[in-house]
Formats: sequence, structure tokens, C-alpha cells
Amino acid sequence: MKTVPKNAGGGAVRRAPAAATGAVAIRPVRAADLDAVVAIDARVTGIPKRDYWRTVYARYGAGRHAGRQFLVAAAGGEVVGFVIGEVRDWEFGSPPCGWVFAIDVHPDARQAGVGARLLAAICAGFRRAGVDKVRTMLSRDNHLILSFFRSQGMMAGPFIPLEMELSP
Amino acid sequence: MRLQKNTRLALYSVLEFASDPTRHIAAAEIAERYDVSAHHLSKVLSELARAGIVESARGVGGGYRFAANARRLTLMDVIQLFEDLGAADPGRREHGEETPVGRALAVVLSEIDEIAKSTFATITLATMLRLIERQSAAQAAAAAGGAVSRARARRARPGRAT
Repeated sequence: MKTVPKNAGGGAVRRAPAAATGAVAIRPVRAADLDAVVAIDARVTGIPKRDYWRTVYARYGAGRHAGRQFLVAAAGGEVVGFVIGEVRDWEFGSPPCGWVFAIDVHPDARQAGVGARLLAAICAGFRRAGVDKVRTMLSRDNHLILSFFRSQGMMAGPFIPLEMELSP
Repeated sequence: MRLQKNTRLALYSVLEFASDPTRHIAAAEIAERYDVSAHHLSKVLSELARAGIVESARGVGGGYRFAANARRLTLMDVIQLFEDLGAADPGRREHGEETPVGRALAVVLSEIDEIAKSTFATITLATMLRLIERQSAAQAAAAAGGAVSRARARRARPGRAT
């Protein structure tokens, strides 16, 4: 037999005050939000990627394409989370569907429903764009985010991610 | 993927308790629902109690009650109390495992195991309870739809027995 799971009984959760009280607004990203997005990503992944996020902002944040969305969650005037996605068409025969490729919430603002609101907002955008399915892909070791997506009703889909080493 | 009998019983029981955390449920009630002996189930429940997932109450109206956090506890947390998924038994050797074919097959089986483990480790009891609700609602809707279809068919064929 194994020992008791450490998280079996749960525990105290630290919350950012504004996020915890529900004063969270979901809106399209602005250029002024980029620093906060870079900071949240760097805090979570440990790797600052300012140039990458500038490119992502140029591609998804300018609002030029109806199917592309880059949304942020703002609480008390601060950006505490973001979600990015787009409508993808006919990849390996898949009818158009929404695709979420990034979602993150500042660690201090978690457990307050911010991620759920971000996902709901981007899904609403996908529905407006005319699709009725949303997909995502992430590492099977990323239990935190996998659990989040599953808690929102997502299940394993019919597509299997594959990869291989590219020989020099 | 097959789970051992005790593991399945543990998952059934934990989900029954978690579906109504305020209620003490008698072991006999769960045993009857899943058609197992109360004696067998009691061993499983004792292990769950030792792990702090359920707590027991004696006397009239006694039984077990859910004592964990359904938003944190995963299927894997429960499974690991009863079996090691995909753990290699160091004393057990499979025929041909050291051959090129055997090694390649081991890679494929390991891929399946890793996906299964990740699945169990990322589904909380709260997520499972929502899945159960959705499935029950879909089943009820399908049954209602079937009843309507049958009623329409009866109206369309009044002379026929149904």
C-alpha cells in the first residue's frame, strides 16, 4: 500500500485579493498589457521571452483576424491572466475548430475562477466565429493545466500528437 | 486498461461518498449497489479511511463519509493506494523482452502506460462527478427522445401492437 496522497485533503490557497473578490474583467489584450503577460509567463515557466510575446501580440493581439483571439483577465487594474487561440481549418481533415494554445493565470490569482472565465470567453469568441468545438494540446506531464482543462469538461480528442527527432 | 477489483471498488465507493459529502453511507448500501460482498468492500473502505479519504462513524446511522477535497483528489491518488500502474515487476521477466522486437514492443507499451497514468493523474473527483452528471443527463435525454419516437411510431401505426 502507498502513503496518503499529500493533497488528499486540500489546503489553504493564497489568492490575489481583487481576483478573489470576483472583480475580474476579461477583455482583448492591449499593447500596454504586454509587460504583464511577459512577466506572468516568465514567472510560470522561468524563461523570459519578450521577443516571442511581441510576435504573438502582433499576430493575435491586433484584432485584424476574426478567428484570432488574445484575451486578458484584469483585476484591480492589473493583468492577472491571459488566453490565446484561433480558429484552425482542416488540419488533417478536421473541420474548423477553436484551438487554445496558451492560457495562464498568475500564481497569486489562481483558485478564483480566472482561468475558467478566460476559457469561457475565448470559447464564446469561437462560437461567434462559427465553430462548435475547441481543442488544445499540452504536455502529459503538465498535470496542473491538464486538470484545469478536464475540470472544464475537456476530454481526450480523436487526434494523437506525434513527434520524432530530426536527424542532422 | 484494466484495474484490479479492489481499485475499481475503491473508485466506485469514493465517488459515491464524494457525490454527497455530508451523508454517511453504510458499506452495505454500496456493496449492494455494486453487487459485491460487504466483507470484501469493508477492506477497501478501511484502506480509504487509513488514507484519510473517508472517515467512519459508528452506531445507528453510521457508515462512511467523504473526508477529502474533491477538487484536489485525483483518480490516480485513489488508484495508487491499491496498485502500481505500469510499475515493472523486477522479479518478472517476459519471454523475448531482450530481443529487438521485445524492446520495441516495450517502448509501445510504455507509451500507452504513460498516457493512462497522465489521464488518471489529471482527473479529479469533482471532474468525474461532472462527467457522471453529463452522462446521466445525456442518457435521460436519449431515453426521453426514444420514448417520443416510439409514441410517434405508435400513432403512425395505430393498428399494430407495440
